[in-house]
Amino acid sequence: MNPEELQQIADRIVSMAEPGEQIEAVVAWSRDTEVRAFEGEVEHFVSADSAGVGIRMISQGKQGLSWAGVLDDAALKECLAEARDNASFGSEDPNAGLAEPDGVEPEELSLFDERLVHADTEEKIRLAIELEAQVRAGDPRIFGIESADYADSVMATALASTTGIRRSSAETSVYLGVYALAGDEEDTTTGFGFSVGRALQDLDLAFAAQEAVQRCVRLLGATKAPSERLTVVLHPYVTSQFLSLIAEMLSGESVIRGRSPFAGRVGEEIAAPSLTMFDDATDPLSPTASDTDGEGLACRRVPLIDAGVLSGYMHNAYTARVAGTNSTGSAQRGSHRAAPGVGPHVIKLMPGDLSAEEIISQVGNGFLVHDIAGLHSGVNPVSGDLSVGADGVRIRGGELAEGIREVTIGSTLQRMLGDVVAIGSDLTYFPWESTGLTLAIADVTMSGQ
Amino acid sequence: MLEESTIQRVLAAAASRGADFAEIFAEEKRSSSALLDDGRIEELTSGRDRGAGIRVVVGESTGFAHTSDLSEAGLIAAAETAASAARGSGTGTTIVDLDRVNAPRPNLVRIMPGDVPKAKKVELLLMANEMARAEGAAITQVSARYADSHRRILVANTDGILGTDEQVKTLFSISAVASGDTGMQTGRESIGRSVGFELFDTYEVGDLARTAAQRAITKLAARPAPSGEMTVVIGPGGGGVMFHEACGHGLEADLVGKGASVFAGRLGEQVASSLVTLVDDGTMGGEWGCFAIDDEGRPAQRNVLIQDGILVDYMWDGLRARAEGRASSGNGRRQSYQHLPMVRMTNTYLLGGTSTPDQILSDTESGVYISHLGGGQVNTATGDFVFGMTEAYLIEDGRITEPLREGNLIGNGPGVLTSIDAVGNDFAMGGPGTCGKDGQGVPVGDGVPTLRVASGLTIGGTAA
Repeated sequence: MNPEELQQIADRIVSMAEPGEQIEAVVAWSRDTEVRAFEGEVEHFVSADSAGVGIRMISQGKQGLSWAGVLDDAALKECLAEARDNASFGSEDPNAGLAEPDGVEPEELSLFDERLVHADTEEKIRLAIELEAQVRAGDPRIFGIESADYADSVMATALASTTGIRRSSAETSVYLGVYALAGDEEDTTTGFGFSVGRALQDLDLAFAAQEAVQRCVRLLGATKAPSERLTVVLHPYVTSQFLSLIAEMLSGESVIRGRSPFAGRVGEEIAAPSLTMFDDATDPLSPTASDTDGEGLACRRVPLIDAGVLSGYMHNAYTARVAGTNSTGSAQRGSHRAAPGVGPHVIKLMPGDLSAEEIISQVGNGFLVHDIAGLHSGVNPVSGDLSVGADGVRIRGGELAEGIREVTIGSTLQRMLGDVVAIGSDLTYFPWESTGLTLAIADVTMSGQ
Repeated sequence: MLEESTIQRVLAAAASRGADFAEIFAEEKRSSSALLDDGRIEELTSGRDRGAGIRVVVGESTGFAHTSDLSEAGLIAAAETAASAARGSGTGTTIVDLDRVNAPRPNLVRIMPGDVPKAKKVELLLMANEMARAEGAAITQVSARYADSHRRILVANTDGILGTDEQVKTLFSISAVASGDTGMQTGRESIGRSVGFELFDTYEVGDLARTAAQRAITKLAARPAPSGEMTVVIGPGGGGVMFHEACGHGLEADLVGKGASVFAGRLGEQVASSLVTLVDDGTMGGEWGCFAIDDEGRPAQRNVLIQDGILVDYMWDGLRARAEGRASSGNGRRQSYQHLPMVRMTNTYLLGGTSTPDQILSDTESGVYISHLGGGQVNTATGDFVFGMTEAYLIEDGRITEPLREGNLIGNGPGVLTSIDAVGNDFAMGGPGTCGKDGQGVPVGDGVPTLRVASGLTIGGTAA
C-alpha cells in the first residue's frame, strides 16, 4: 500500500471524532523479505505483507488506545469503539492531549530508495548465500554458521489527528547479517557482522563477512582475567549501547516521573567537559534518521549535554506539557500497537580528534571492550547501576595484548560520564537509535577471577 | 476459525509445486492492558490480531508467507507465495485427510478476562498503587500494569494433523521507586499465569505491591556488590532463569544441529552434577509456558532433559525432528502467525532435592544469596551466560546479612552445572518470563528449589 492510501484510512478514522474528542490515528504497512542461507542453500525464505492501525483517543482529559492488525472497515470501527470505551476508564489528566502543529517544517530526507522495490529476488538469495560462503572461507578456524541472513523492508506510515497534523512517509531498509562460529577442540568463539542500507547497492558484503570473521578469531584463546580497576576503551559498538542508556535517562518521560537521576539538573555539570551529546535526528547518513516523530511533529536536533553541562531533555507533546516546555520532536512509537513514548532517533557524541589506535596507545594500561552482554538485566537506568558481561582485549604498554572473556565491567552510568578520558574521531552508525565511537573511561571495575 | 474443506484446498495449493511438508497456522488474538503510572491510570489499550502463516518445506528449504486475509482467496494467495518461496520444482495436488489432534487442555479457565468489566482491572491497579506507597515515605513512584490475552490457534498440515487450542493468559506487574540519601532504587514483582481473571483469587495484588516496594526500600541500604568468583546460593523460585540460560538454550535442537551449542554431541554424557535433573514441561497446568498443543499442532509434553546429571535428550520442533526421523518433543513455538516456528522452551525447571534450605545456607561459609534474578542472556556456542541479580544479599558465616546493589552474574553453562553441590527440597516456580530468540518472544516459565553453586560464578560488582 502506498502512503496516500494509508493517509486516507487515517483521515477517515479522524473524521469520525465526536464533539469534544481528540483522535490520533496511525496506519502502517510493510512488505518484508527475509532469506536465511545455510550450507549454500536457502534455509528459509519469508515473504509477507503486514498492516496495522493504532488509535489514540483523548476525551475529557482521559486517554484510551486500541490497535488492530487488520484494516477492513469492521475492524477499524471496532478499533475506534474500543479506544473510545478505553478512554472512559483513564484517570483525568489536565495535561493529556495530542501534539499540536508547531510550525516547524520537516526536513526533506530521502529514506525511500525506489531501487529496492524493483530488486531481483534471485539477487537477494545470492547475497545471503555469498555472505555465508565468504565467512566460511574467511579463516580456517571458522567451523560453522549460526545464521546468514538477508532481510529487507518497504514500509509506509500515515498519521492524522484532530489537532490538524497529517503526515505520511515511506522508507526502505536492507540488512545483511551473519553469526559465525570459530574454534578448535579447546575453544569456541562467536562473532557477528552486518551491513545495512536503503537498497541492495548500499550493502557491503565483504565488510560484514570480515567483521564476523575478525570478531570470532580475535577471541580465540581468550581467558578470564583477575579482578581489577582500570580504564576501559569501548569499541564504537559498545559505546552506542552505553549512549542508548544515557539517552533513556534523559528522556522527558523518566524525568517527569522522577525516574531519572538527572531530573532537575539542567545547567549542572554531569559529564566530563570534553563531552557533548545530542540527538541528531535528521542526519541522513543514519539508518534511523527520520523526518517526523511518532506524533507527526518535525524531527530536529536536540542538544542534551554541552561540554559536560546538562542542556535539556527530550520531550514528546505530553511530557513537554507536564514540564512546561515544547515538544522536541522526540515522540517514539515502537509500532502501531504502542502509545508514543519518548526517545532519541540518532544519538551522537561530538567526535574527538583521536583515532582508536591513538586512544589505545594513550591509555597504555586498560581493557578494550569489544562486546557486552546482559545490558537489560545488568543496568538499572533509574539508579544508574551498571554491571555487564564483557569480552575484548587487554591493553598493555599501549598495545593490544591477550584476549579476555567471561568478565564483567561495573560502575554507575553517572560516574562513567564523569570519568570519560578520551573521545575518538571514528563516528560509526548502527541500525539502532544511537551512533558510536571509541570512548575511554577511567576507573571501571573489571570482575573476573 | 476455518472450514476443514478450505484448509484442505489451501494445503493443496501450498503443496502444488511439490512439497515434503506444508502447513497452515491460523491465529486470532485479542489482548488488553491497563497502565498505571504516577498515581494515574495512564491508559487502557485493546488490540486484535488475526491472520495465517503458511509454511512449505522442500528438501532443506522452507518457504513462508503470511496474510491477515483469512478468506479462501487470501489464504491460497499466501500458500502460492510460500510455495514459490520454497522453490519446489515438482507437482503435487494431494488433498490430505485431516485427523483432529486430541490433546488435553492443561487447565480450565474459569473467568474469561474479556468478560470482566474494565473498571475491575483498573481497581486492581489503583489498589496496588496505594499499597505500595503505604510501605513508606521512601516510595516516590509506582507504576503497575495489568494485561490479559486470549489466543486461539489452528494448525493443519500435510501429515494430516488438525489441531486447535485456546490460550488465555493474565499478568500483573508492579514496579516501585524508592528514594533516599544514596539515590534511587527500584523493586519489581510480577505474577502471570495461563489462567483467566481467577488469577486474583489466588494472588493478592497488595502482596505483590508490598514485595516490590520492600525490594526497592531494602536496596536503598544496599552496598555495592563484591567482585569476583564466589559461592552462590540461589533461592527457591526466583532463580530458574539461570537454568533457562545456562543450559536450556543449549539443549535446543536447532542450535545443536548447527554446532552452535556446547552440548552438541554429548547425549548420554555426564554434563551436570548428579544432583541435577532438569525438565521442560509444557503440560504444567496454569503455568506461563503451558499449552495443549504447540504451534505446530503437537501435544505438549513433559521432557526430561538431564537426569541425575546425564544428558538424556534435546528439545525438538517438527522440522528438526523430521530431519532426524524422530518425533517432535512439543517444543515448536512461534510468536505469532507472522513468524516461523522454531525450537523453544516451555516451563523449564530443576527438580527438588533433599537438603533443607537452612542446611544449605548454614553450610555456606561466605558467598552471595540471590533471591531474585532478572533477565539473562547466553551465548549457546560458548556456554557463557550472564543474568541480573535484582535482589541479593551477602552470606557471612552461614547467615544472610547485608543487601547488595544490582549487578550481573556471569558464568559458563557446563562449568556451573557441574559445580552445583546442594539442591533443596523447597521447589517453587518463578515469575512469568518472555524468552527472546532470533527476534521472537514467547512466554516461558521456570522454577528451582534453593541450590548452591560452589564455584564458577563471577559476581560483577563494583566494590573494589
